[in-house]
Amino acid sequence: MPAVRIKDHWREQRLFDQRAVVCAVIMGLATVALVARLFVLQVTKHDYYSELSQGNRVRTEPIPAARGLILDRSGEVIAGDQPAYQLELVPEEVPDVGKTLASLVELELIRAEDVNEIERTIASSRTFDSVPIRLRMSDEDVARFAVRRFEFPGLDIKTRQTRWYPNGNLAVHALGYVGAISEQDLKHIDRAAYAGTSLIGKLGVESTYETRLHGTNGYHEVLVNAQGRSVDRQGAFVPILHTKGPTAGDDLLLSIDLKVQRVAENALAGHRGAVVALDPNTGDVIALVSLPGFDPTMFGRGITSAEYGLLQSDIDHPLFNRALRGTYPPGSTVKPVIALAGLTYHVVDPEAHKYCAGEFHLPGSSRIFHEYHNERHGSVNLDDAIARSCDVYFYGLADVLGVDRISTFMAPFGFGKVTGIDIGGEKPGILPSREWKLKAFAKPADQAWFPGETVNFGIGQGYLTVTPLQLAHYASIIATRGKIWQPRLVGAYRDPRSGEIHHLAPVSEGEITGVADEDWQRVVHGMIGVTQRGTAAAIGLHAPYVFAGKTGTAQVFSVAQNEKYVASQVSERLRDHSWFIAFAPADHPRIALAVLQENGGAGASAAAPIARKVLDAYLLDADGKVKPQT
Amino acid sequence: MIYEEVTAGSRARRTLSGAARLVLELRIDGPLVVGLALIAAYGLVVLYSASGQSLATVLRTAARLLLGAIAMLLLARVNPNFLRRSTPWLYVAGCVLLVIVAAVGHIGMGAQRWLDLGLFRFQPSELMKLAVPMMCAWYMHERPLPVSSSALAVLSVLIVLPVGLVAVQPDLGTAALIMIGGALVIVLAGLRVRVMLALLGLAAAAAWFGWSFMHDYQRRRVLTFLNPQTDPLGAGYHIIQSQIAIGSGGVFGKGWMNGSQAQLQFLPERSTDFIFAVIGEEFGLLGLLLLLLLYMFVAGRAIYLATQTQDTYARLLGGSIALTFFVYVFINAGMVTGLLPVVGVPLPLVSYGGSSVVTLLAGFGILMALYSRRKLIGS
Repeated sequence: MPAVRIKDHWREQRLFDQRAVVCAVIMGLATVALVARLFVLQVTKHDYYSELSQGNRVRTEPIPAARGLILDRSGEVIAGDQPAYQLELVPEEVPDVGKTLASLVELELIRAEDVNEIERTIASSRTFDSVPIRLRMSDEDVARFAVRRFEFPGLDIKTRQTRWYPNGNLAVHALGYVGAISEQDLKHIDRAAYAGTSLIGKLGVESTYETRLHGTNGYHEVLVNAQGRSVDRQGAFVPILHTKGPTAGDDLLLSIDLKVQRVAENALAGHRGAVVALDPNTGDVIALVSLPGFDPTMFGRGITSAEYGLLQSDIDHPLFNRALRGTYPPGSTVKPVIALAGLTYHVVDPEAHKYCAGEFHLPGSSRIFHEYHNERHGSVNLDDAIARSCDVYFYGLADVLGVDRISTFMAPFGFGKVTGIDIGGEKPGILPSREWKLKAFAKPADQAWFPGETVNFGIGQGYLTVTPLQLAHYASIIATRGKIWQPRLVGAYRDPRSGEIHHLAPVSEGEITGVADEDWQRVVHGMIGVTQRGTAAAIGLHAPYVFAGKTGTAQVFSVAQNEKYVASQVSERLRDHSWFIAFAPADHPRIALAVLQENGGAGASAAAPIARKVLDAYLLDADGKVKPQT
Repeated sequence: MIYEEVTAGSRARRTLSGAARLVLELRIDGPLVVGLALIAAYGLVVLYSASGQSLATVLRTAARLLLGAIAMLLLARVNPNFLRRSTPWLYVAGCVLLVIVAAVGHIGMGAQRWLDLGLFRFQPSELMKLAVPMMCAWYMHERPLPVSSSALAVLSVLIVLPVGLVAVQPDLGTAALIMIGGALVIVLAGLRVRVMLALLGLAAAAAWFGWSFMHDYQRRRVLTFLNPQTDPLGAGYHIIQSQIAIGSGGVFGKGWMNGSQAQLQFLPERSTDFIFAVIGEEFGLLGLLLLLLLYMFVAGRAIYLATQTQDTYARLLGGSIALTFFVYVFINAGMVTGLLPVVGVPLPLVSYGGSSVVTLLAGFGILMALYSRRKLIGS
């Protein structure tokens, strides 16, 4: 033990004071460090943290723009927006979710087998989020729920916009449809612009004019707390939140006349086929029919896989757009253009009579080409040959013209290429030629062009295929004596706010040159003959206007691809396709059309009567008088 | 030893104003009390906003402040001699209570900390925040300074025993604060700098030794504790949100009750441990500087009072009380601003809840008692 130390109060006081001063200095230094830290946070990095705090509290929620309406030429709504009802549940406001769901099953608002799935969805949602538990409620469902509403705290009916097609199937193949935005769609849209949008145009006008119809989505900022719940204030003040209203999409005014469209669809109802009617002076599509069709509404509301499977497996292919994508041999409907070629190349004397004994012998060949149904037309000139559709006459004419001249002459009439209509999916068909055959066939033996093929070409059989749209386009070119207008479905759009209508100028693709006026007249005269004394004389009877037409019958040999037909249907489906093209009035045409009825038999009996109904619907008023030209 | 009341028989008494007379009568230190009152008032204003405009919270806190103020005023009148003599008994009683808590303590906050006394729940560990430095000061009172090695050994035991009892509750934050309170007495008692450095070196070696024996997951836990940003959704969430709150407040703040981080509950523990961030967000750098200024004033005044006392017990205890107060402030502010790891230490006089307000004010009461009855040597 060292010597006992005596307390020295003065020394101890000094020691303490010294220590206290050191501690105070350390305190001061610590405070300086703290202040420096605060300076870094609040001054140097203030902007950074401001942004973080802003991002924390404000969430931008999109406001979807109303999709533009689609109207026909007279303003009738073809596609519009309609609210759909759905039942939503806020988990934290429901006292007993299990019991609630059970009661809903009793009310037949949800199905018992869906309950587990719904419970899972609820469990995985935040407790204050509104969870949709039943979509697509009918008015009756809504009413049934409404009367028992008080029994279901935390449940509510919410509305959302869906696409509504008041006429159902009508014009569906022109219109297209909207559906949920898919992975595929996301690749070529601006995701930011589509935030909040649930439906996108998939086909037809809905797809082509998507940008115009979609409009511009707006947004509103909402204040959210740390739980992500939207709150309306923060402390004492309501903060400034920005809102930008959406801009509704433009309304589209189709050139389609729904009245004519209805007549056409009704006339063709029960058959497979297509009707395309154009205004030959502008290219405006008056009617575009492909039957059978389908109800586009079901895609907008969410089609089930069962429904889609049913549409796909349907033997009549309702999803297939025959008007644009169905390629068929045109049959005798090509005769007017062949005749025109003969006249233009001066290889035929229109007044000269040829004798039709029902058979054509190709010079230098043993092959015999027969008249349709083995008819004999006797002595016919060009006019008769068109009016009565004499194959023998055109076999000879085609043979004299040769494939090169036919092919070259027909190309400007739109054969073998798409018309450029303003909806997608169009097929070009085939305009055969020597070059085409060289490319189309692999074996050298098949690549040569045979004279017999030219003969068949002359009556629209063989390799030549067309779509109904192409034939209507071709009819309208003859109707205007060579003027080519690109077919189009949308003639104008309307700004929904100002109501201002912007007309789109028709797109001219030039005209056929080198054809003499009297040659046009001769061919048109032959076509008028068709409806007055020729193959379609029966349907031309008592028409209050003069119209030109041409029947066609296409042999079926390529349609039945990969299909398993029920035996009883085979014969029906192997029948010839029935064609009719027409334009009216013959001298100042206002409408040109093509009608195709698959397996309808001869053109005169099936397609021609439909064409007459469409022409009447467009040209005549309620009293059956020809409407004055507007 | 003779204690003489400063005020007794003074002629100055008659010339003093009423308020000053009251101060003298109550044996309190005017500047210190004003500083504490300003902090408390500031705290209540902030708390109203931080609690989401809960008047009930503010009233409860005001009631606690009142309770603390009463404790302060009562303790300020206690004779320091009596205080010193009863120190060992208080210490022993505190330790016994800690043992009882460990044995039959009421389960609160997932840890055993409370003793339910019927009217209110009592936290013995809070008592120890004062009892430990008192005990250390008592032990050194008759012994010569600077502290000798044998005294250091005894003091270590006196500190470690209650700290260990609190740590097993487990309440590491309070245990650390108790230890700091005791350690500060030793430092003020003149512990040699080289001994301090040696102890620090020993602690570092122990940490390194422990680290090398730790499993990976334990190391990760330690690292997350030291650097919470590595775990932004877990431990790091608090500190990241509090830095956003403070940083976005800028120089002038977003305004009272208008701090989005606090009001929209992005800031966790906004009315308790992280209320410093609310001040930073709503009142900005200026608001925080004002607060720190008040704290510095109180701590500085308290140290000054401690240096003016005239025996070892009073000096050591007073100094410890003053410094501990500042250490609380620094740990809380350091934690909220990201300078220090997150430990649950409330901001003195401002944070909501706990009996710490009462303890704190009781401590200042003792300090004032020690100061106001100075030994009048040589005057």
